[in-house]
Amino acid sequence: MSNNEKPQKTTDLHIGDAVPGCKKKDPMLVIDHVKKTFGGLTAVDVEHLEIPSGVITALIGPNGAGKTTLFNLLTGFDTPDTGAWSFMGTSLSGVPSFKVAQMGQVRTFQLTKALSLLTVIENMKLGAKGQSGESIFRALFPGFWKKQDEDIEVKAMELLKRFKLDTKKDDFAASLSGGQRKLLEMARALMTDPTLVMLDEPMAGVNPALTQSLLDHVISLKGEGMTVLFVEHDMHMVRHIADWVVVMAEGKVVAEGPPETVMKEQAVIDAYLGAHQETDLGEVTGRINIIKGEDK
Amino acid sequence: MDWGSILNNTLAGFLTPTTIAFALAALGLAMHFGFAGLLNFGIAGFMAIGGYGYAISVLTFGLPWWAGMLVGVLGSVVFALILGIPTLRLRGDYLAIATIAAAEIARLLFLTTAFTDVTGSADGLFGFNSRPDGSGFQNSNPIPQGTYGFGPFTYNEQTLWVLVFGLIVLTVAVWFLWALMRSPWGRVIKGIREDEEAVRSLGKNVFAYKLQALVIGGVFGALGGIIYTAAQNISPGVYVTSLTFFIWTSLLLGGAATIFGPVIGAVIFWVIQAFLSNLLPALSTSGILPVSTTQASTLRFVLVGIGLMLLVIYRPQGIFGDKRELTFVK
Repeated sequence: MSNNEKPQKTTDLHIGDAVPGCKKKDPMLVIDHVKKTFGGLTAVDVEHLEIPSGVITALIGPNGAGKTTLFNLLTGFDTPDTGAWSFMGTSLSGVPSFKVAQMGQVRTFQLTKALSLLTVIENMKLGAKGQSGESIFRALFPGFWKKQDEDIEVKAMELLKRFKLDTKKDDFAASLSGGQRKLLEMARALMTDPTLVMLDEPMAGVNPALTQSLLDHVISLKGEGMTVLFVEHDMHMVRHIADWVVVMAEGKVVAEGPPETVMKEQAVIDAYLGAHQETDLGEVTGRINIIKGEDK
Repeated sequence: MDWGSILNNTLAGFLTPTTIAFALAALGLAMHFGFAGLLNFGIAGFMAIGGYGYAISVLTFGLPWWAGMLVGVLGSVVFALILGIPTLRLRGDYLAIATIAAAEIARLLFLTTAFTDVTGSADGLFGFNSRPDGSGFQNSNPIPQGTYGFGPFTYNEQTLWVLVFGLIVLTVAVWFLWALMRSPWGRVIKGIREDEEAVRSLGKNVFAYKLQALVIGGVFGALGGIIYTAAQNISPGVYVTSLTFFIWTSLLLGGAATIFGPVIGAVIFWVIQAFLSNLLPALSTSGILPVSTTQASTLRFVLVGIGLMLLVIYRPQGIFGDKRELTFVK
């Protein structure tokens, strides 16, 4: 599918065996006993989990495994019943979501949240941190923020070019297609200069060609020194770009490890991948005759 | 029918203290709803607090007029904080319910006989614009006694003073809103209107921004109430829920997410009101409308309701709204 050279994987991230909850050499996020229940349903119950810094970690698992809930908990969009977690050594328990984002841990959403009636460039500029014109008193006098705003615009345009949205800059975000909104949301998140980027299904609903360029963007984030944690169902993508994979099922971490090994674990196949992972769907359903052994 | 007098009275609706008061209050709603997406159905409450804050400070506490007006503004700030702190964390619809209830509570507090000494109860308050000790608003009137203007725009020195003062306040308010909305602050506010979770995920303190927007819009509402009160006596019967909806009509006429829309909307609203309140009774007296004169003048409110419905269905972005917005209305 890709004729790019294979991205350099980072290996040797963990200490000891790659078992659920294993220690990492350089953890960025450390999660302890985080539990969240909705009525009788335990959505998330993570004993211990460490997310390594400077690499791309994929969070996979069946629908309802608690991946998005864990995202919400880690970013302060939801509060757990019990538990503690820290980001680069700072405890994040009880820290409101906007402060989490200010600390450099930024997220995107599964259901894309483009700000529809703002233009693409306004969406982007909103992402920049530490804007003096966002304080109400300085906002009244452009002298305080004009220069900074121009610098932000330059930076926003560079990012938009990278994401091929620069021609859309003055259009309302509402006029973008679903895939373009995904791109815009990711680009906007990057405007905050994050340390940790958390992407919730960045490839869902994006066409194959665009997936390719999104993949390159995600890999380039790692190249720029950012840590990436993402939720994804596309196993090709996970295998292609993830350095580390965490598998969740029924709220618990059931396996973790480098993608090559973790996807062969029986627990992962049972809980998530299914026995027919490598088989063509036509063969599974028996509706199409598959000619085997040719140009695969 | 006397078309001359109907036309004259209609034109007079262009510039009255009431028109200016409506424009200010609609500007407050533009801040709340048009830009920040806060559903405030209690703008009449903010106006009442502005007006009563001014009148009570002058009559009961003997403050000079400008200090009284400042008290009215501060009162609306406190009202916005009381309203906003518990409700702004909730979804938008809850704010709508809380504001409509809070505005009614404010009105009933001014109406109840328990505080007649201070509020004048159902009779309201009067005599605060001109004070025997010379500290009243009209005592500071720099305009010499006389009649000014021409045709439908003829005013005595008292009305003219309210108009001049009101226009200055309105100009400052328009500038303030314009300056805010072109700034990065305005960008955050508009972002919150679209999706507050997204804005929160970018590290903005959404609650603080919403509270600021609520306070600013509330102050505009209070200023509207103050200008209204500076031109006449104050009575609780004015600040009923229908006042809120008239101001909503003005806002939606002009365009909710615009700066000049609310001002022009208020003018159009009052010109139409003046036109209908003169035309309909005249039609009834000349036998064209088969209703009594009283019924005819109430009919205009029915027409306002129909107009409001047609407006939100066919032109939700208002007269001055961006046409592109309509394409993407959710």
